[in-house]
Amino acid sequence: MANGPDATRAVRRDNLYARARIIQQIRAFFITHTYLEVETPHRIPCNAPEEYIEPVPSVDAFLHTSPELCMKRLLAAGYPKLFQLCRCWRSAERGTRHLPEFTLLEWYASHSDYSDLMYTCEELLCHLVPTGTLAWQGSTISIQPPFERIPLAQAFTRYAPMPLDDAIAADCFEETYTEHVEPRLGIAAPVFIYDYPAKMAALARTKADAPHLAERFELYIGGMELANAFTELTDAYEQRQRFNTALETIQPPNPHHLMPEAFLAELEQMPPSAGIALGIDRLVMLLTDTAEIDAVVAFTPEEL
Amino acid sequence: MYSSSDLKKGLKIMIDGEPHVIEGFDFTKPGKGQALYKCKLRNMITGSLFDRTYRSGENFEPAPLEERDMQYLYKDEAGYVFMDAKTFEQVILPEQTLGNDYYFLTDNMEVKVLMFGDQGIGITLPNFVNLTVTHADPWVKGDTAAGNNKPATIESGYNLQVPSFVEEGTLIQIDTRTGEYVTRVKE
Repeated sequence: MANGPDATRAVRRDNLYARARIIQQIRAFFITHTYLEVETPHRIPCNAPEEYIEPVPSVDAFLHTSPELCMKRLLAAGYPKLFQLCRCWRSAERGTRHLPEFTLLEWYASHSDYSDLMYTCEELLCHLVPTGTLAWQGSTISIQPPFERIPLAQAFTRYAPMPLDDAIAADCFEETYTEHVEPRLGIAAPVFIYDYPAKMAALARTKADAPHLAERFELYIGGMELANAFTELTDAYEQRQRFNTALETIQPPNPHHLMPEAFLAELEQMPPSAGIALGIDRLVMLLTDTAEIDAVVAFTPEEL
Repeated sequence: MYSSSDLKKGLKIMIDGEPHVIEGFDFTKPGKGQALYKCKLRNMITGSLFDRTYRSGENFEPAPLEERDMQYLYKDEAGYVFMDAKTFEQVILPEQTLGNDYYFLTDNMEVKVLMFGDQGIGITLPNFVNLTVTHADPWVKGDTAAGNNKPATIESGYNLQVPSFVEEGTLIQIDTRTGEYVTRVKE
């Protein structure tokens, strides 16, 4: 019985030991690189309003969908380099790579931009994979810097049956991306997909020479999205406008989405910065060659 | 009515007027994008299997299916004939609808017939059935080691692995969910 309950329990046991080691190694990496580990409240009055992220209510507040607003307020308060490992909640997200309660690693550095974050990603991955190769679902992934960097539009040209702009115009970006592009990213080696349409990056700075694009990237390994990053938008006026647009776009209007006033009030003090969120559960999947997120956590929601 | 977030493996929904069962399901969401509900669907009438992806906010009718207790009567050119013992109503299931289940049907067997309106679209067999071995290699003297299996054929033509001591004419119990040998039956 290769897939019996005993075998499943044994796999999970190995994975939970690996998970603890990986988290310890991540902590060691950021402490060595002089990042300050912080904890910010998990229960907050409101999250950044985003069209496709639904927060979980908690009495008269919400569980955070990401620690980003509080992390950026700390940057604004003068902390130059920060990281946090924490649980986050997103309503109704459940699949082989999604849990409604999951663990994020976020790190932020002032006076840096998204290309600096790409280097840190490379260093972190090499720190976690000292052998330089990773076994993943029957193939081998080479973890050697530099990782390939591909603009999103070019990834569509390379892998999709239609260009990025056509997919957006035909309202089938997500379907085309998950069907044709994503499964082919990071198969032989990790890849950064960068420069997203500004509309797909509500908290990112747009490019000075191409204002329709935002300085955002995602890291892919083994066809799996591991991290999402951007050069942070620091213009409070523009950020408020973008949040307003998001609040107007969310249909039907949802009382769970509110304007994060405290964050906007402090945003002007934030130095030019870059920040990233990396999914720890998926990272553990990758490093333990495990295809299902269920096997890298102590309990799934269905087991509670 | 179901919505996209209700979709999961095993759910039976109507698509284009026909019942479908979700055989494979995954939720996915490209970073900052819309949620997608990826389904592997089987048409419960034709048996055809296909992929379809839905977005949030779509609605689905539950498939109006009913299981009825029936008795297997006989097979003719049209297919396998079952009868509701209370109403004497008969339904015929074509051979392809039954798949491998027909191997385990015996005369007068009580089964559950899955009905879509007045159309029978599948059966649920009892978990265990008794059938006679019609062919098996003879028992080799001295071969008593546990776990030594050999091929055998039962009356319906179905082939399976049985322990070495099972011989032609032996009545055996089979688990219809796995198609595997369970035990010898004393008559």
